[in-house]
Amino acid sequence: MNYGVVSQEQLEKIDEILSEQLIKIGVDCVIIIDMAGNIITAKDNGASRYDVYSFAALAAGNFATVDAMAKLVGEQEFSLLFHKGTDCNIHFSKVDDELLLITMFGKHISLGFLRLNVVKALEQIRKLWTGK
Amino acid sequence: MSFINLREKIVQVKVVYYGPGRGGKTSNLEYINRKFSKQIQSEMVSLKTHGDRTLFFDFLPFDMGKIKGYELKIQLYTVPGQVKYNATRKLVLKGVDGIVFVADAQEAMREKNIRSLNQLHENLKEYKESIFKIPLVMQYNKVDLRDQGIPILPTSVLEQDLNSKLKVPYFEASALTGHNVPETLKKIISLTVVSVQKKLL
Repeated sequence: MNYGVVSQEQLEKIDEILSEQLIKIGVDCVIIIDMAGNIITAKDNGASRYDVYSFAALAAGNFATVDAMAKLVGEQEFSLLFHKGTDCNIHFSKVDDELLLITMFGKHISLGFLRLNVVKALEQIRKLWTGK
Repeated sequence: MSFINLREKIVQVKVVYYGPGRGGKTSNLEYINRKFSKQIQSEMVSLKTHGDRTLFFDFLPFDMGKIKGYELKIQLYTVPGQVKYNATRKLVLKGVDGIVFVADAQEAMREKNIRSLNQLHENLKEYKESIFKIPLVMQYNKVDLRDQGIPILPTSVLEQDLNSKLKVPYFEASALTGHNVPETLKKIISLTVVSVQKKLL
């Protein structure tokens, strides 16, 4: 699969999925990045202003670090990566070997509810790739 | 690997500054950050130890304006130079489009430059990239120290050591004063953009 160029149609569909599954339930910002730190797409609720480019670089590094730690203790991967703050939380999940979905959300959404929606979004996005 | 967003017409390109520890990779980025503040919309991200050594990487997004209707975003990264951090260096090299090799021109650093370049060669191989094919620019940094009586390798020796097989563009530079820092950047950007165009468009 080549992620170098994603078609406009694919991007629009991904954006639709992200809006429907995540932005609608009250997520502040959701980004899909590749493991090299490039942004594939970013969606927000219109109110939050994050520096998504720096964020993507750091998130890719962070995920790679945690992945390396998992290998050190004999795990394939740590599938849940979640940072909890007072007002903002960040949730990471792998779309596939190359892509990461990052969700930033406030205290009014429970982690369980978010994870359910992330799983749904991921299923739909994966279908989109393999359908190609 | 660069990424092209066809809908928003944005091209993201990853350039990594590589080289031995304390060679001036971070200083290159710091100079660029000061000098071109208009083209840099966010703050430079530095992950470093208390002793000011790079621990993971520095990151500086750089807007190059538009080429053929596409907005060009250059993502500048440095690697940690210390020998023990090779695992981290490899992580930063993932998806790299262009490399600046920052060599330390001090005589005492001769061997470390060569070792670091050899390791770059090995690290790229693991990503199925070749040092002979990837856009690469050599920078012989710290030549300003010559004026302070510190023994500096002549450029011919550095060329022989590091660039005799690669034959890539090179610059004598001083990251501290900024001498040839923008020139190095311009060169690597133009080489990288041409190579990305060939690969993707």
